[in-house]
Amino acid sequence: MSQPNPAHNRVGPGSTSGRDVIRPEKVLILGSGALKIGEAGEFDYSGSQAIKALREEGIRTILVNPNIATIQTSADLADEVYFLPVNSHFVERVIEREKPDGILLSFGGQTALNCGLELDRQGILEKHGIQVLGTPLETIRTTEDRHLFAEVLRSIKLDTPRSRACEDLVTSLAAAEEISYPVMVRAAFSLGGKGSGIARNAEELTEMANNAFANAPQILVEEYLEGWKEIEYEVVRDAQDNCITVCNMENIDALGIHTGESIVVAPSQTLSDHDYHRLRSISIELIRHLGVVGECNVQFALHPQSDEYRIIEVNARLSRSSALASKATGYPLAFVAAKLALGYCLIDVPNSITKVTSSCFEPALDYCVIKMPRWDLKKFRRVSTSLGSEMKSVGEVMSIGRKFEEALQKACRMLGVGAHGLVSARNHFKEDDLHQLLEVPTEERIFAIGEAFKRGWSVDKVHALTKITPWFLQRVREVAKCQKQIENYSFEELPPSLLRCAKELGFSDNQVARSLDRAEPIPSGYQAALDVRDRREELGIRPVVKQIDTLAAEYPAQTNFLYMTYNGSTHDVVPRDPAPFVVLGGGAYRIGSSVEFDWCAVNAVDALARAGHRTVMINYNPETVSTDYDSCDRLYFEELSLERVLDIVELERSQGVVISVGGQIPNQLAVPLGSRGVKILGTDVDSIDRAENRERFSSLLDDLGIDQPEWRELTSIEDACSFSERCGYPVLIRPSYVLSGAAMSVAHSDEEMEIYLKAAADVSREHPVVVSKFIAGAKEIELDGVAQDGNVVCYAISEHVENAGVHSGDATMVFPSQRLYLETTRRIKRIARGIAEALSITGPFNIQFIARDNHIKVIECNLRASRSFPFVSKILKENFIDYAVRAMLGQKVESPSKSAFEFDFVGVKAPQFSFSRLKGADPLLGVEMSSTGEVACLGDTVEEAYLKALISVGFNLPKKGVLLSTGTIESKAAFLDSARKIEELGLPIYATPNTHLFLEQNGIDSTMLHQPLDSQSPNVIEALEDGRIDLVINVPRSLERKDLTSGYLIRRKVVDYGISMLTNIQAANLLVEALWEIRDPQQMLVKPWSEYS
Amino acid sequence: MVFQFRFRAKGSFLGDPIVDSSPARSESVSESDVTGMASFRQARLELEDGTVFDGQAFGANRSVSGEVVFATGMVGYPESLTDPSYRGQLMALTYPLVGNYGVPAKPEGDPLCHGFESSRIQAQALVIQSLSSDYSHWNATRSLDQWLIEEGVPGITGIDVRALTRILRNAGTLKGRLLIEGSVDREEVLNAPYQDPGQRNVVAEVSCDQPILHRCGVEGALRVILVDCGAKTSITRSLLKRGADVLQVPWDHDFVAEEGDAVLLSNGPGDPKMARQTIDHVRIALNGDRPLMGICLGNQLLALAAGFDTYKLDFGHRSQNQPCVEVGTSRCWVTSQNHGYAVDGRRIPAGWAEWFTNANDGSNEGIRHLEKPFFSVQFHPEANPGPHDAAELFDRLLEVAR
Repeated sequence: MSQPNPAHNRVGPGSTSGRDVIRPEKVLILGSGALKIGEAGEFDYSGSQAIKALREEGIRTILVNPNIATIQTSADLADEVYFLPVNSHFVERVIEREKPDGILLSFGGQTALNCGLELDRQGILEKHGIQVLGTPLETIRTTEDRHLFAEVLRSIKLDTPRSRACEDLVTSLAAAEEISYPVMVRAAFSLGGKGSGIARNAEELTEMANNAFANAPQILVEEYLEGWKEIEYEVVRDAQDNCITVCNMENIDALGIHTGESIVVAPSQTLSDHDYHRLRSISIELIRHLGVVGECNVQFALHPQSDEYRIIEVNARLSRSSALASKATGYPLAFVAAKLALGYCLIDVPNSITKVTSSCFEPALDYCVIKMPRWDLKKFRRVSTSLGSEMKSVGEVMSIGRKFEEALQKACRMLGVGAHGLVSARNHFKEDDLHQLLEVPTEERIFAIGEAFKRGWSVDKVHALTKITPWFLQRVREVAKCQKQIENYSFEELPPSLLRCAKELGFSDNQVARSLDRAEPIPSGYQAALDVRDRREELGIRPVVKQIDTLAAEYPAQTNFLYMTYNGSTHDVVPRDPAPFVVLGGGAYRIGSSVEFDWCAVNAVDALARAGHRTVMINYNPETVSTDYDSCDRLYFEELSLERVLDIVELERSQGVVISVGGQIPNQLAVPLGSRGVKILGTDVDSIDRAENRERFSSLLDDLGIDQPEWRELTSIEDACSFSERCGYPVLIRPSYVLSGAAMSVAHSDEEMEIYLKAAADVSREHPVVVSKFIAGAKEIELDGVAQDGNVVCYAISEHVENAGVHSGDATMVFPSQRLYLETTRRIKRIARGIAEALSITGPFNIQFIARDNHIKVIECNLRASRSFPFVSKILKENFIDYAVRAMLGQKVESPSKSAFEFDFVGVKAPQFSFSRLKGADPLLGVEMSSTGEVACLGDTVEEAYLKALISVGFNLPKKGVLLSTGTIESKAAFLDSARKIEELGLPIYATPNTHLFLEQNGIDSTMLHQPLDSQSPNVIEALEDGRIDLVINVPRSLERKDLTSGYLIRRKVVDYGISMLTNIQAANLLVEALWEIRDPQQMLVKPWSEYS
Repeated sequence: MVFQFRFRAKGSFLGDPIVDSSPARSESVSESDVTGMASFRQARLELEDGTVFDGQAFGANRSVSGEVVFATGMVGYPESLTDPSYRGQLMALTYPLVGNYGVPAKPEGDPLCHGFESSRIQAQALVIQSLSSDYSHWNATRSLDQWLIEEGVPGITGIDVRALTRILRNAGTLKGRLLIEGSVDREEVLNAPYQDPGQRNVVAEVSCDQPILHRCGVEGALRVILVDCGAKTSITRSLLKRGADVLQVPWDHDFVAEEGDAVLLSNGPGDPKMARQTIDHVRIALNGDRPLMGICLGNQLLALAAGFDTYKLDFGHRSQNQPCVEVGTSRCWVTSQNHGYAVDGRRIPAGWAEWFTNANDGSNEGIRHLEKPFFSVQFHPEANPGPHDAAELFDRLLEVAR
């Protein structure tokens, strides 16, 4: 034996410390741009962590991200921020300016990854000598190209679904024949499974393939693994080849539903040690083979009745799942991945959560975590509501419990869709519909399963329909059983043991109150729930606080990551002095409430900390920075409900709660918390109610002599119709507590009124419906401000490009306002001062106005931070939240010295739509918000900023041809100058018959195309399909729905083919103006944020 | 029917409680069929420091006494419960949901006990947060509750295992007893002193009685002598799978005289110093050149024979996520462990070196001889339960034996 000692067999790279570490001086980080379906807030979390990890090393960081509402684009994080599109053109300009020597591609989702691949393909990275840090591009290419990936798997004898990569329809059809239907169709290089689905026959495959090829060069036709379990592993590997799996996750929904659309539990619940560790070993083997450096995600299908498995895919970058895994385990994945990208060895990266253990370990959980997607499909017209292999959800919630049932019920409530838990006393579903609801997955399925068990359906029957692993169904059945039992008792008779059992299974006080047998109907409001609470506290049934410490209490760890449970008897932490302030976060991202409120919440915590206070954050959204371990003194990953906030405020002995920085969810808690004696920071609770309650707010405006659109609060349809006829249609209908325009609508006739009123009443019975005169053709203006004791400290006035009628969240916003009369501005300021004084506002507020010919009306006022706070704060470089917090703390706050009039640049905020994800949805804008995110860009002119913003949200500037269909005669006329400019720019114009005629009469050449419904050639649809058109201006004749069919067909085709489109005449005019002014958009200025001042 | 979910903590191990603890109450309920509401026997876990946890009984209707230990692995209860290292111990699992995937069929007539680590449950009792009343897994034929009943092992569920774990980790180890209401031996256990498996030679209880030869079926295969101090069957399975025969011998067997290509000292329960005869045999073996490897208890036995000392860790390693670094390299394995004592790596006998250390607390995780093929690890390369990272150690053993 020449080499007797096995320990000598391996020569390691030496003590890693320092030796192999790469030290770039300046690193470029690509963000993910606007939030969209499939790419949301998780990349703000990962990018922010990456910047912090690099900064700690003394490396300069340059960030390109047009998403102005993110934390990562804050002034104190990256050294330079570029609010520019994440595409190869703009990024190359940034590279030329900044000359970075390293680039991080895996922290900005698919957008950053795709941009990185393109930069490499064009040789830009090589030309400028930029090193890609972390996972090599070669690995990324392998994982992104499904064919290459499948080959690699076969070469190392790992199982993968039988599949064929196809680049055209003919080969796709042949592949499907060979594999046999049904087949799974996936598009390569896509985010969130866009262009994917299940095809059961050639016809379905043809349609899907055509759509997919419009967006991707290649699709994969593969074996469809119906009913298999879907399991994911989050894997970390360092350059020294150490490999760990931070977490595994089990999808509750069987394979076939995109993991972003599935309810997911961590850790896996129905895997044995053999299953768990076999898949873990396979993950590690694969990742080592691929050579990932940093973090990645491996998805498996596992046969429910055998050992068979298939590897579905690898995401060689931080992903939605890795954000979830990080929050679920307490392991700082993104931070560690950034360190590993610099060549660090896992054992040399300290664990910043526990402070006592290494980063080279795998968290042990002593709780279970559930992620539930948040959909917002009701916001869209004509959208298909069934779930499948494409993502439709706009956000997610994460709940923690020590029983699966507890976590599941918490998650149901966190969605904020009105559910009191998994099951409720009310029967939402008809027995006849249940079968269908279980078989065809929709966002309601989990509730339908609860209902099925309440009706006594068997686990076998539900399993046969849903394919969900029985263990999960059994848990749902437990909840249903418990709820049925509670129904047998009155409040007085409810046995304490049953109450405790219900709490352990995750029932809320409100849910218990509503399940109890009552002689009288349950009173509205919070009292019934508070009665249960009081009773419960008398009985000593209280939740306990537990820590997420990554090692299940094996060592003492210093962690501030907390949750509450009824499955425990001892608190892990005690209140500390000094008493903290509690900040309520924004909850799940959904349409109308998104990353901008996370920015507000994080900045509020920072401001409180700067003032020397201890801070507690409550939030449950795993895609946020506010739920990062380093964002506050204590983080409660908990419900934003009256019950839970009271629990935490009492436990922490908090000295005050900030409800005004997290959007509408915390704002709605102001009144009930206040009436329970909780100190609310800032504006008095009664003033908040005066602003929220339409009746009270309206009389306040009347008292102040401020104009408002005519309105009535009404309770019957007849009254609503007679009022509307009197003041004249169209009218706007909305409930008094508005959540992102939910159930808000414009009615043009009595008939429409009737349809809408039913929908609105469904949203909130407690609050009557408000009908107001809808004013057309008016400009919409917003004022964001901060006041102290009724004096306005700072404010920002922005104008909308689109006229009133487009939801403010979907509108293009310009700040500083460019086209307002001085007098209008003056009046707006005067009104704002009056309202601030009358409500004695202390803290953030936002007022929305409409103006026509200098007549100004107030349409809305919120005594909280608005969606545009980060936008105006970053342009003014004055942090409005900081002002607001200092004002609320009672510090003397001086107004900023700068005025918006001194700016010689302008910011434009543009909406990001995700219509391409939402099969069938009509991409038309209205009073219901439908954008999923936003960007903002800066420019010397409004045109420049607008073009950059449009490109940032994926708009392609026209080169081939423009299709015009410009609606009413008024809007046709309004677009006439623009049409001339398009002609002069040399772009061929295509037009629908009426628009063509109008253009002809005005001497503008265009090619006439028939409407889709006319089925005549040349037809709009043909032109769209053969690629002659790359810009569509489609303005509807009116918002009335019956007219929409031809327009709808055009718009939908445009979306499905990924063609750029505007549907608003003011926005279209601004675009043409911009194209006219900026003849060569390639030459637009590339300047960092710091140089705009 | 009596309900008592609360436990009364005596002593102030967690500082002032935020919530006033009200006295435990009892009340009865009829017509209940929700889990946790169903009829159950009351169970009480008492620790020697006076802490009491009240919960619900499951498994066998027996009361027991022994050392209370915890394990933080999230999977692998069939493997852990049958691991002979847990002999005489009341095992608490920190993962709160247990029994979800049921238990495989009894390995009748299978000497290698596939799916398990020995032919019976070795732990005295099982302590958990929440027992799953249902299970789903294709490979399971019975529930955890049913298995415990079949094996005569009691369990307690519905207690705050995290709170228990914090007590245990601070105390190192504690003795305790599980009292099941209505069990015939309740009074007996209550009146007897706490049983301490550390005071007796548990290794002798779990070792085989006589040598057993396991053949891999390959002609001319290497033969590894497995000194069974309470060996998990997956050690044997790991070697057979790699094409070696295994001669399993009792803990006190004179293995030095046995013919074989390598020796493997197995894992096992209790205090290493109790296995005096094994240490004596190892000392003799160290004079020769035959490859020798130790696992867990085997690491401590080899260390003691080589002149190392052992000591009690401040916080024992009771998990499947322990990072172990090979000294002099940057290679780190995530390993499965269950031990409260460690080899003292600060005083190293001549001719020996530390092989692995723990990345968390720096404690010793393995030793090796500088010249001869003697080496051992504190962790479990055979996994089951736990990660398979270190499985290649079996390859190394066979390599040097060749």
